Amino acid sequence: MRLSDFQDGLASALLPAPGASTPPPAWLDALLAQPGFAVYRNTVAKGCIDALQANYPAVHALVGTDWLRAAAHAFVHQHPPSDGRLMDYGAGFAAFLEGSGPAASMPYLGAVARLDRCWTEAHLAADAPTLQAAWLAQQAPEALALLRLQPHPAARWQWCAEHPAYQLWQRQRAGVSWDDQLPWQGEGALLTRPQDAVQWSPLPRAGCALLDACAAGATFEDAAAQALQTDPGADLPALVALLLHTGALRAPETPLN
Amino acid sequence: MPHPLTAGLGLKPQHYDAALRCTASGLWWEVHPENYLADGGPRLAWLEAIRARHPVSLHGVSLSLAADAPPDAAHLQRLAQLVQRIEPALVSEHPAWSAWRGRYHPDLLPFPRTHEALARIASNIARTQDLLQRPIAIENPTHYLQIDGHDWSETDFLAELVRRTGCGLLLDVNNVYLSAHNLGTRASDYLDAFPVQAITEIHLAGHHADPRLGDALLIDSHDAPVAEPVWALYERLIARTGPRPTLIERDDAIPPLPELLAERERAHSVLTNKEALPCA
Repeated sequence: MRLSDFQDGLASALLPAPGASTPPPAWLDALLAQPGFAVYRNTVAKGCIDALQANYPAVHALVGTDWLRAAAHAFVHQHPPSDGRLMDYGAGFAAFLEGSGPAASMPYLGAVARLDRCWTEAHLAADAPTLQAAWLAQQAPEALALLRLQPHPAARWQWCAEHPAYQLWQRQRAGVSWDDQLPWQGEGALLTRPQDAVQWSPLPRAGCALLDACAAGATFEDAAAQALQTDPGADLPALVALLLHTGALRAPETPLN
Repeated sequence: MPHPLTAGLGLKPQHYDAALRCTASGLWWEVHPENYLADGGPRLAWLEAIRARHPVSLHGVSLSLAADAPPDAAHLQRLAQLVQRIEPALVSEHPAWSAWRGRYHPDLLPFPRTHEALARIASNIARTQDLLQRPIAIENPTHYLQIDGHDWSETDFLAELVRRTGCGLLLDVNNVYLSAHNLGTRASDYLDAFPVQAITEIHLAGHHADPRLGDALLIDSHDAPVAEPVWALYERLIARTGPRPTLIERDDAIPPLPELLAERERAHSVLTNKEALPCA
């Protein structure tokens, strides 16, 4: 038998593509009938599901192990991993949960999953020096307006208009139980990695808009205007101080002055 | 001394801090490179801190050398960067497959040892060694299935890969024990036929019986201390080959580090017991 035929057959039995239902050939049936085949089937499924459980700890804490593993099982068959870096597996899990019937009673689950994903991305992102307040203070006001500040490679931010996603997420991360009294309002979150560990803080909507504009390459002047358009009452100096304090911006690669 | 490494341990995140402080003679640490193929961040910083104090071995599990396709170019490039950054003492992989047509199956999957498979794996090992600019060792797998259509015995297959590519061999004694048990063959026959001169690393690990089938099927679970019959095979092997860097593998039900260090000390004693070594 050709090696590729063997691999097509075994792969189809281990992680069947959705909708695939061709009956297995005789040689494959003979393998599936052996008790040892379950070892491979279980190891493949467990590897993917364990990775999702590890990469979505706040979702896991909210829904419990059985629910999480059932959802992960369904996700794995639609979106199996593409390479061996399982620490990075599950990029589409938030969108999957938002479209999943069993999650309909927890409409905030997707937003919480997005923050778990932000943590993973922040954890694995490239290193870079953070922008220092002292450097910014040295810039002339007219030069400041034209600066194109870049988010740090490890900075992630999310605005959630419908749910207190940040509070829900960080309480689960901290092991704090559900709070029925939690004010139900939109919230943003900022995750950064100023040293080794990922840190987080709440981020107002205008802050999310400011970082979106910086990421898109806007000048500081334009980014500030977009932030104020989102929330005319935004405290811009406080926002910039927050971004500097948390290490959300990267130092320019070449000095501008 | 041709090789300073004696017995090593798998490095687990919960043991990072304690691992940094270990001073045992000949100690080295092994990791799966997949857990460190990040663009930056704390994982790489941890590994570099360990590497500054101890030799490190990279034991890959996802290069998919036995897939009927070249290894993923991006993955191989990331691995090459990690090798350059960490300068590992040892690099190893498996003659198994996991990535196939864009989907990754987290396991080490079997295949019929045909002439075609031999040519493909030899080509994939050569490509890997060219890019990493160093030889790698490949590990004898654990078997759970009777597969038809082999053209080669496993020991001859591995010897031929060594001959064609110059790779080394990682002999996992627990895998030998389990495969012989599961397939109804004799571990001692396998070891007698194994091309021991190519061994550059040895693995020892624990196993357990299948929860449903009991002793009829032994699982390579890495969640228990090394079993006594595996130690016995290992001691006989070292008496024949002389010392080789030996890893105690533990990936699940991980005990406190002192327990692992005690188990590691047993392998270290076997490797440094001069009376047990073959006469020159």
